[in-house]
Amino acid sequence: MTNLSLLGGRAAAAGRRIPGSLVVSFVLIALCLVAIALTPFVSAGATAQNILDGLLPPGSPGHILGTDELGRDILLLTIAGTGSALVGPACIALGSMLIGILFGSLGAYHRGPLDFVIGRATDLLLALPVMLLAIVVAGIFGSGYWITVLLLVFLFSPSDVRIVRAGVLEQAPRPYVEAAQMLSLSRWRIMFRHILPNVLPLIITNLLLNIAIALVTLSSLSFLGLGVAPGAADWGRQISDGRSIMLDNPAAVIVPAILIIAVACSINLIGDWLGKVISQRSDR
Amino acid sequence: MTVTIPARPPWIAPLVRMILLRVAGMVAILLIISMLVFGLLYLAPGDLVKNLIGNRPASPEVIAAIRAQYHLDDPLSLQYWRWLTRALIGDFGQSIRMQAPVIDVIASRTGVTLALCALAFALAVVVAVPLGVLSAVRPDGWLDRSVTAVSLVGLSAPSFAIGLLLLYAFAYYLPIFPVYGGGVGPIDTLYHLVLPSIALALGLGAILMRLTRTTVLRELDADYILFARARGMRESRVNRLALRNAAIPITTSAGLVLTYLIGGTILVETIFALPGLGTLLDSSVLYKDIGVVQALTLMVALLIAVITLVVDLSYLLLDPRVRAKELGR
Repeated sequence: MTNLSLLGGRAAAAGRRIPGSLVVSFVLIALCLVAIALTPFVSAGATAQNILDGLLPPGSPGHILGTDELGRDILLLTIAGTGSALVGPACIALGSMLIGILFGSLGAYHRGPLDFVIGRATDLLLALPVMLLAIVVAGIFGSGYWITVLLLVFLFSPSDVRIVRAGVLEQAPRPYVEAAQMLSLSRWRIMFRHILPNVLPLIITNLLLNIAIALVTLSSLSFLGLGVAPGAADWGRQISDGRSIMLDNPAAVIVPAILIIAVACSINLIGDWLGKVISQRSDR
Repeated sequence: MTVTIPARPPWIAPLVRMILLRVAGMVAILLIISMLVFGLLYLAPGDLVKNLIGNRPASPEVIAAIRAQYHLDDPLSLQYWRWLTRALIGDFGQSIRMQAPVIDVIASRTGVTLALCALAFALAVVVAVPLGVLSAVRPDGWLDRSVTAVSLVGLSAPSFAIGLLLLYAFAYYLPIFPVYGGGVGPIDTLYHLVLPSIALALGLGAILMRLTRTTVLRELDADYILFARARGMRESRVNRLALRNAAIPITTSAGLVLTYLIGGTILVETIFALPGLGTLLDSSVLYKDIGVVQALTLMVALLIAVITLVVDLSYLLLDPRVRAKELGR
């Protein structure tokens, strides 16, 4: 495609060079994966309470980031919390995208009453903010980490359904679909072998953005006391618990807060970059 | 020679039809939501009567009184109808936690939340829209890059994490602002709301700024701008031309992002211990004070439905291009 924009040259050059912020993002995510791999080794130490020593400020011998009022080491607790900060959100993004792919492509490809029902159902679910629905449902029906993850899969899916539906609708009138129809291939085969690969760039970038949103939502819920059990290693929970000891050990709150912000930013940056790379490749 | 002037523009009839359709759709969605909200009472785990009694002693007389008061022996559809007609006039029953009418409890908390949201919204608009315009005028400049970086943080970070960092930096480390509470009197309240509204405004401002930037960039890319430049129009006038066209989508979408405030205010109020609707929802949910939860959920659903409708219609009324596209068919 010809690019008439005056910025085209510069933007293309910027796309080829990998910016520093992106490198930092990849390093941070890699560190998080290492932390998740380390979790089995640190979780015993992270939840080991030592009430005799009590609260230690950052820089105490043996505890770089100090301890909380139960004597738990903040560094180990933070490392052990990485898993619940990333694994759940990844499952939420994947699960809701699978629902999105199934119902979005079914609706867009078949149209008719099925599409109408799917469309109204997403309207209904999108009529209230996810955060509010999650608080009400998790609060009243009780919550555990995986129950909350399942709830968020459900609550995140309507926007995925809409996105996939729009993508498939855009592909459906193209000649290659018509050609496949003329070969009388089955509907499922056309949908999943022919149309889906063309919608994949959209799906992948949206998947990453959803991980970031899910991380924020899930940690917000555990901050409010919904989602994880009291005392569990979880960044949102840590922030909520650490508020009362903020003067004695600020690291208990600041470290997980900065990590949530940094990881969410990194995932968004990587998602943006991936989206640009994929769309440049498909333009060519 | 007579010129016949049409009595009214030809788009009036389809517009009225569209408004009616939209309102009907909105009412349908609200009805379904109200059924689900009503169902909360029955779906909530635990014994219904116990949930309604709260921490009063559960003597047989109290149980009988509750059953009579809530008409629990009537068929469900009748109960729903009775609940809905009462809810429509603002009667959501008693709050089991506060032992007061739900509507009074909500009314006493609304002020703080309204002030917080209004302040955050004003702050976001005043800062984000000019920044968005400036960064669109010089894309890839230093201002654009730094504003984009800050808006990335605003878009990604949860408001509670931002709020806590602000709280630590400006209330504990540098004790400029109060740590928590709502304050007494207008000036003191405003003072107490500064940090919370900044925390809330950051995410909102980030969305608004990106939106403004994209809209202005799109307008600057349009043919009429190329033409204006080719005619030798001064750059400041060119920009003014683009801004006038960008103003409509920016104003209307500013309304849509209002819904973003609803999730954020719950977290920010919790961080700063503000006695608003967000903390009320949080504590009511944890206490299973279902009457309050029902009322708040229904209010939010109504609010969002109205905002969405008004935004869609204002878009249609303000922008003749959209009108032509939507109603011309």
